[in-house]
Amino acid sequence: MLYREAGQYKTNYAADVSVFPMREDRIGVIVVLFVAFVVLPLTANDFMLQAVLSPFLVFALAAIALNILTGYTGLISLGTGAFMGVGAYACYKLTTLFPQVNIIVWVIASGFFSAAVGVLFGLPSLRIKGFYLAVATLAAQFFLSWCFIRVPWLYNNNTSGAIEVPTRTLFGVPVTGATATSLTRYFVVLTIVVVMTWLASNLVHGRIGRMWMAVRDMDLAAELIGIRLLPTKLLAFAISSFYCGVAGALMVFLWYGGAEAAVFDVNQSFFVLFMVIVGGLGSLTGSFFGAALIFILPIALRVLAPALGLPLHPATVEQLQYVIVGALIIFFLIAEPNGLARLWQIGKQKLRVWPFPY
Amino acid sequence: MADRKAETEGVAFSLLNVQNFAQFRRRERPGKLNGRDAMKLKHVLLGTALTLAAALPALPASAEDGIYIPLLTYRTGPFAVSGIPIGSGMADYLTMLNERDGGIGGAKLIVEECETGYDTKKGVECYEQVKSKNPIVINPYSTGITLQIIPKAAVDKIPILSMAYGLSASADGQNFPWIFNPPATYWDGASMFIKYIGQKEGGLDKLKGKKVGLVYLDAPFGKEPIPLLEALAKDYGFELKLYPVTASEAQNQSSLWLNVRRDRPDWIYMQGFGAMNPTAVKEAIKINYPMDHFVGVWWAGGDDDARPAGPGAKGYLALSFNLTGTNFPVIQDVIKYVVDKGKSQIPKDKVGETFYNRGLLNSIIIAEAIRNAQKITGKKVINGEDLRRGMETLTITAARLKELGAEGFAAPMAVSCQDHNGHNAAFMAQWDGTKWVKASDWIEPLKDKVNPLIDAASKEYVGANAGWPKRTEPCDKSS
Repeated sequence: MLYREAGQYKTNYAADVSVFPMREDRIGVIVVLFVAFVVLPLTANDFMLQAVLSPFLVFALAAIALNILTGYTGLISLGTGAFMGVGAYACYKLTTLFPQVNIIVWVIASGFFSAAVGVLFGLPSLRIKGFYLAVATLAAQFFLSWCFIRVPWLYNNNTSGAIEVPTRTLFGVPVTGATATSLTRYFVVLTIVVVMTWLASNLVHGRIGRMWMAVRDMDLAAELIGIRLLPTKLLAFAISSFYCGVAGALMVFLWYGGAEAAVFDVNQSFFVLFMVIVGGLGSLTGSFFGAALIFILPIALRVLAPALGLPLHPATVEQLQYVIVGALIIFFLIAEPNGLARLWQIGKQKLRVWPFPY
Repeated sequence: MADRKAETEGVAFSLLNVQNFAQFRRRERPGKLNGRDAMKLKHVLLGTALTLAAALPALPASAEDGIYIPLLTYRTGPFAVSGIPIGSGMADYLTMLNERDGGIGGAKLIVEECETGYDTKKGVECYEQVKSKNPIVINPYSTGITLQIIPKAAVDKIPILSMAYGLSASADGQNFPWIFNPPATYWDGASMFIKYIGQKEGGLDKLKGKKVGLVYLDAPFGKEPIPLLEALAKDYGFELKLYPVTASEAQNQSSLWLNVRRDRPDWIYMQGFGAMNPTAVKEAIKINYPMDHFVGVWWAGGDDDARPAGPGAKGYLALSFNLTGTNFPVIQDVIKYVVDKGKSQIPKDKVGETFYNRGLLNSIIIAEAIRNAQKITGKKVINGEDLRRGMETLTITAARLKELGAEGFAAPMAVSCQDHNGHNAAFMAQWDGTKWVKASDWIEPLKDKVNPLIDAASKEYVGANAGWPKRTEPCDKSS
């Protein structure tokens, strides 16, 4: 009733193939952005901004990165954590070598280093596929993790072996380091994530995205219609790693404020992979859903128990939370193997004919 | 049209099955939902309801009428074996003070645990969660978490007590006014080990030509003693052999111990943590390494580090700065007021183990700092800034320990404005097959070797973090 396309006429092709063809969808996006940029900053406390929302956005960006590679191009990668690490360490090296350059520039630039490393490890993707490629990217994961521990140059020979984020400002306001407020950090993360999501959306809906999907659906057929496989796959690796790198830099500089090599281990890769699988392979919205389910839900469960006054010990809650989140993941995957994004779509379809389904 | 979009978005990709035509066909009729989809929608609504219910904002407990002490513990996850006794020891002593004395100086203690699972991510989350409740101190209990929150301490005005872990450089009170890491740093520990083996060999000069092995976790924590041991190797002429254990290989060390067997070091020092320790002890037994020449750092000296290796582990040594057993009036009080009343999270037979008592010592330090802060400020309910002053002038003398019912439980310790560590003494504990026993006198660290390293590391940290705040907090006179 409220959500239907009746009466919305399209008079040109551009309107017809737009990302959000329905007016209600466009309004929805504006509402979401309004909430993210205005309502949440006004209402949320430090804990929400710093421990829930900013990390959620960082993980959503990482999930988009992996989705570009796995969901859109069909190349399974277990190296997400390592590529995020490349971004973080690159950003650290850059900002300590050239402290006068704005940190935002370095956060974005660190993506290029990650992209270069990603392309290098993506080279075998032309020859090996499926699980074998997953193993090749796993090698990248282990090799890069090894580098983060064993190459002291990467962390400027710190005795602690960790990278520490110095204070950097943007227009005189500190955005990184301990003095930066949660609100500033949130705005920076949000802006970068929104812009990069918009770019990703344009990419996957355009020629490049269609090439990726053609390769994903059947690479032989894609080759026959004139898509060159190696450049296409490498481009997917490059762009995916670029996004990973930026996500990693954001993670360390605007969320953690410092990191050990252990942050970028294989568990991080699996964490993001779960988000992508639960959220929906090949969907940008799904990346956000996946990040929300995998990252925010456990936190919600943890703060819910004491808020309800349940006399549970935090350790018990922690164990219970694993059980509940695990069960929910299984439940969602049984309910819809194609992830939350598909559920979202079904919901929208249902709404379009509500209340008179034919 | 919207549907063609859906097709391009291509949700229909599955990991193994590249194409799923059925899915595509189903979407050809827009708006029409088949029975399965309708069912799904119900599931979704249910799921959404659950999620929404879970997303309700949490109401933080108010801490106005008492002193709020959050405890970051790790009772779950891969390191829970040490996390459970440490967390219980910390919580039980503070609960005992509440039950027995009604808190400290008339102020009730509000103790709340936050579970980190030894995960940096969750630790930072815990920090943000407790921050708003006006905590007087944070015990991060993980090197990773400590490193994350060190820069925040000065901004949020919350002192950090990382008891003999974390960043060694933070012993420098001038640059780290908010961080405290008594009673000793890892460098102190390594120097005590050298001092101990010097005694056993008949003098530090007898170490010339000896081989000393370092088995360490290949992570910042594990690598910490290397610079000190290298410097000492140069000074005393022993040969240092390094045996790194990567975290992923913690339970698979056979190849490493083959190297140890080949090199036959005279002494081995282990900077290990978690599953790495019992594995190393087992492997050492397997190659017939003399256990009384194998020394662990204090985090490698838990009961569960030695016990799993069986009777062969007898003789294994580890540094420690707290005694074991329940033979102290203070621990009897904890048993009487907390454990016997079912208010503890740990079975009674675990009370008195190394790590339980270490957690207890951690809380003794907090409690003494609170008392000290109350004395300095004259306030009953103190805040983080007051506790920082209390910590900075903290001295726990042997007489005070006796008053507390913990005579000889730990070495007397002193923290000062300049020295936030104290570089206090520790001793060698030895595994007798069932429990840890004190096997040496209190060993003072080689302060003249450690202090230059602390100064250099502290300068380097501050230099690397441009804009590190200068200390503005005045020094109190020691009480």
